[in-house]
Amino acid sequence: MCVTCGCSEGAEVTLDYLGTKEDPAEHRHVLADGTVITHRHEHSETHDHHSPRDNAALHAQAHRTTLTLEQNLLAKNDQLAAQNRTWFQEQEILGLNLVSSPGSGKTTLLTRTIRDLQEQIPISVIEGDQATSNDAQRIRETGCNVVQINTGTGCHLEAAMIQKGLHELAPSPRSIVMIENVGNLVCPALFDLGEQAKVVILSVTEGEDKPMKYPHMFRASQVMILNKIDLLPYVEFDGDRCVEYALKVNPKLTIFQVSATTGEGLEDWYGWLKNTMRSLVKI
Amino acid sequence: MHELGITENIIEIALKHAQGKKINRITLEIGQLSAILPDSIEFCFDACRLGTPLENTVLEMIEIPGLARCRRCGTEFAIAEPFGICECGSMDLAFIQGQELQIKELELEELCV
Repeated sequence: MCVTCGCSEGAEVTLDYLGTKEDPAEHRHVLADGTVITHRHEHSETHDHHSPRDNAALHAQAHRTTLTLEQNLLAKNDQLAAQNRTWFQEQEILGLNLVSSPGSGKTTLLTRTIRDLQEQIPISVIEGDQATSNDAQRIRETGCNVVQINTGTGCHLEAAMIQKGLHELAPSPRSIVMIENVGNLVCPALFDLGEQAKVVILSVTEGEDKPMKYPHMFRASQVMILNKIDLLPYVEFDGDRCVEYALKVNPKLTIFQVSATTGEGLEDWYGWLKNTMRSLVKI
Repeated sequence: MHELGITENIIEIALKHAQGKKINRITLEIGQLSAILPDSIEFCFDACRLGTPLENTVLEMIEIPGLARCRRCGTEFAIAEPFGICECGSMDLAFIQGQELQIKELELEELCV
């Protein structure tokens, strides 16, 4: 909500001069559409504003106007994300935004999930990477539909890219669309894609304090998957402490501990997918 | 480096609203919990404004400190990071201030006719 006048977001922009009312140079214009502009002339005090000598040429002085915007810098992305979200809801599609550092095993988890569930739920994938279509090829080998988006120098996916990606992908209604974001725990936290949930993936070969180091991402996510738990005997990783940190940053986080390689713990993740899918379908 | 894309948004929004008028000043509000570094915005702004009508525009940034409200007991307290713990022991916090990321206002200069 606008703190200046109490109007809601998306309302007409108002023009305000935020100066003192005693200012002798300040004056008001009311435009044809009712907009009131209050501003001041930056010229000498001796100038008589309403003298008979006053004419258009004399009046052509520099004005300073303060335009109050209060516009969110991510408004454009948020608007497109809202459109994506509505589209997902209409199609009864579960859209998930998978985020992690590079190398957490996101693509392995994805291919395993697709192979195990594709008989029950159609799954398609939007794959985001800075370059190459290597991951998309790995996904395609499972037989599922996939679109690769290369962001080039960009470090995250944005809602506009997803809109185009969905158009290409044409996922079937009552399906799951997995959006594999660029491997990065910073920027994707800020950019809503229209997903129902962000799923953050962390592996035991990383530091257990990652949730504290990248709090924005863990706070923006609804689900955390701790992957590669089959490697726990070989690494110094305190799983309990990691979960404690994650819940400290986001007490509402749903956490699954899995190994995409051995399959351990995946049933709980699949259960969450199926339940969430069921809650989306209108009766 | 998401600040680069965000700075491009700042310039795009400012030019759109200025409608050809000279922009003396852009004022941003950046919350300290917003994952945006004002220094990076400044750095990107200096690079992005080259060749645009914003070469002489002053970029003013107002940093808004973080404020949380405990969802359990209602206590409000200052936080510097996007997590924390209330005196009552709860970590379930709502951020009521510090996530701002917006253009607050533009100061424009024009000829009054």
